[in-house]
Amino acid sequence: MKKTYKIDVDCANCANKMEVAAKKTEGVKDATVNFMTLKMTVVFEEGADPQTVMQEVLKNCKKAESDCEIFFK
Amino acid sequence: MNKKQKKNLVRIIIASVLMIAFLFVPVSGIYRLLLFLIPYLVVGYDILIKAAKGVKNLQPFDECFLMAVATLGALAVAIIEDGDYIEAIAVMLFYQIGEWFQSYAVGKSRRNISELMDIRPDHANVETENGIEETDPDEVETGSIIVVKPGERVPIDGIVIEGQSSLNTSALTGESRPRNVSEGDEVISGCININGLLRLRTIREFEDSTVSRILELVENASSQKSKSENFISKFARVYTPAVVFSALALGVIPPLVSMLLNMDAQWGTWIYRALTFLVISCPCALVISIPLSFFAGIGGASREGVLVKGSNYLEALSKTRTVVFDKTGTLTKGVFEVTAVHPEEVNEKNLLHLAAHVERYSTHPIAASLRAAYPEEADECSIEDIQEIAGQGVRAKVNWEDVFVGNLKLMKAAGANVQECSHKHTGTVIHIAKVGEYLGHIEISDVVKPTSAQAIKTLHSSGIRNTIMLTGDSSAVADAVSEALGIDEVYSELLPEDKVRKVEELIESKASGEAVAFVGDGINDAPVLTRADIGIAMGAMGSDAAIEAADIVLMDDDPLKISKAIRISRKCLRIVNENIWFSIGVKLICLILGALGIANMWLAIFADVGVMVIAVLNAIRALFVKKL
Repeated sequence: MKKTYKIDVDCANCANKMEVAAKKTEGVKDATVNFMTLKMTVVFEEGADPQTVMQEVLKNCKKAESDCEIFFK
Repeated sequence: MNKKQKKNLVRIIIASVLMIAFLFVPVSGIYRLLLFLIPYLVVGYDILIKAAKGVKNLQPFDECFLMAVATLGALAVAIIEDGDYIEAIAVMLFYQIGEWFQSYAVGKSRRNISELMDIRPDHANVETENGIEETDPDEVETGSIIVVKPGERVPIDGIVIEGQSSLNTSALTGESRPRNVSEGDEVISGCININGLLRLRTIREFEDSTVSRILELVENASSQKSKSENFISKFARVYTPAVVFSALALGVIPPLVSMLLNMDAQWGTWIYRALTFLVISCPCALVISIPLSFFAGIGGASREGVLVKGSNYLEALSKTRTVVFDKTGTLTKGVFEVTAVHPEEVNEKNLLHLAAHVERYSTHPIAASLRAAYPEEADECSIEDIQEIAGQGVRAKVNWEDVFVGNLKLMKAAGANVQECSHKHTGTVIHIAKVGEYLGHIEISDVVKPTSAQAIKTLHSSGIRNTIMLTGDSSAVADAVSEALGIDEVYSELLPEDKVRKVEELIESKASGEAVAFVGDGINDAPVLTRADIGIAMGAMGSDAAIEAADIVLMDDDPLKISKAIRISRKCLRIVNENIWFSIGVKLICLILGALGIANMWLAIFADVGVMVIAVLNAIRALFVKKL
């Protein structure tokens, strides 16, 4: 399953860091962050619940880049 | 400017004013430090907080950390030598100015480009029993009657049932010439109605309409990253820690070595040099300018009616050296037209006249093209007793006289002696006869698009080495078309799977670092579009399967757009490369100068902020593609 979320982040490098952090999250098969369109596309592992996975993704992203936001609710 | 940008601008201004004002305050020692800490903290407090958070989360190597260490270090050096606090504040100040500029430039181009692509209609005027109601386009059912006023955007695909007008399709196709529509014509959503009032019967739901399909395409574009972008994010990951460790080495090793050799350690000098290293090390110029260049390139292309589905495709397109074309619908119109009239007994007009009459009620595509060639068909003549003879043609009584329109078999049935024609015909030949009397023949063929020849020419002149045409059509037709257009190679009588095989062969035999593009439009082109390095689908109003399979979609079916797209991609990639080399180059030079002690903090600030500003401005150039 693939979903796209709106994000908010200030700098391009921070966006890259979010991408790395999201990719490492459990339940995420692949993730790309597009700084220019401020969008995060997440491919979920089979059977993963997007809502719970996204909470973890946000947590990890906040750790990598404190000043970021993902709108998934 | 958003709220955050305004706030940061105010901070920058306050800090600059304070810094300059304090230069004239006659205090020294600890009071001087405290005084100068005010502008430093005003402009840099958020950086310090973020740096601390980064360290806490074990992610120390970010820009904030670098800036925090560099400025705190510069402050410390200034305290020890009781000198100049300006440098530390200036580094922070310029860093913030750079960040502010970057955020402003990115925000602005983000807005510009999204405006460009914003073709979403906000309402539809639906005719109901209670008059016209404004409705959300999403809620309009297929077959509803909607009214489009002048100046409004067509919200849903439909057929005109009343009114006529000119439509501006430029948001969709980049074509500025308006398209005229009247009763019976199909109009696509996203166009702007210029003058007349139109009543439409919708033929699709909003979510299947052209405008929704295009928006979906655009919104999902650019999640595919190019090699350059991936290179830069990897580079940034290695580069920053590398510079931090070299800075550490630079600050510690030379003084220690000097101490061992019983020389003056000069700690201050070396630490200062190490700090300039940290300022230079910020990779922001690269990380922002590369995606920004691609984004601007994709935005500029979409304004010209070329939709690119991701920056990797733009990159691949710039490397294209071979362009493979499908024939029908791509280089030719895919519609039959009368291309030659060779009468024997009557004049041309009369021959067309008779042929059109006989075909009056036929639905065959050939009949349609014959009628189109004689627009005054609906005249006073009497047409009776029409018989379609399968596999042969049509016969009818025109003004009480039998007329036969069809192939050689039908001529035989009519007892007419067919005269051999001295011309070479590549299209379908239709013969016309009366009983026992041959009147002549008409050639009908698929005509090439008016811009096809020029398209091939511009491709060649913009460095495409090889143009190839693949077609399922007969070799006679294919050769004639390719000769007329100046195509290098042609392969005819191919089945769809042969086309895939041919493209695969080309991909295998190409030089590395080059790409093979395939241009097609039909449903059966989808496998080839997928297989080619770059699949270009023509006419986004066309087949869904082709659009789905393609990497690049040309909104109208003008083949000239192909070379335009290639030139846009080249310009974009040139800018990307300029930015990569320029940023890395300047930074490396400054690093070397810094290590040797030639570069001071001010040069370091230029290497950081100045380079970033230049790279961003350069990136925005990719948006301007009109004159390419």
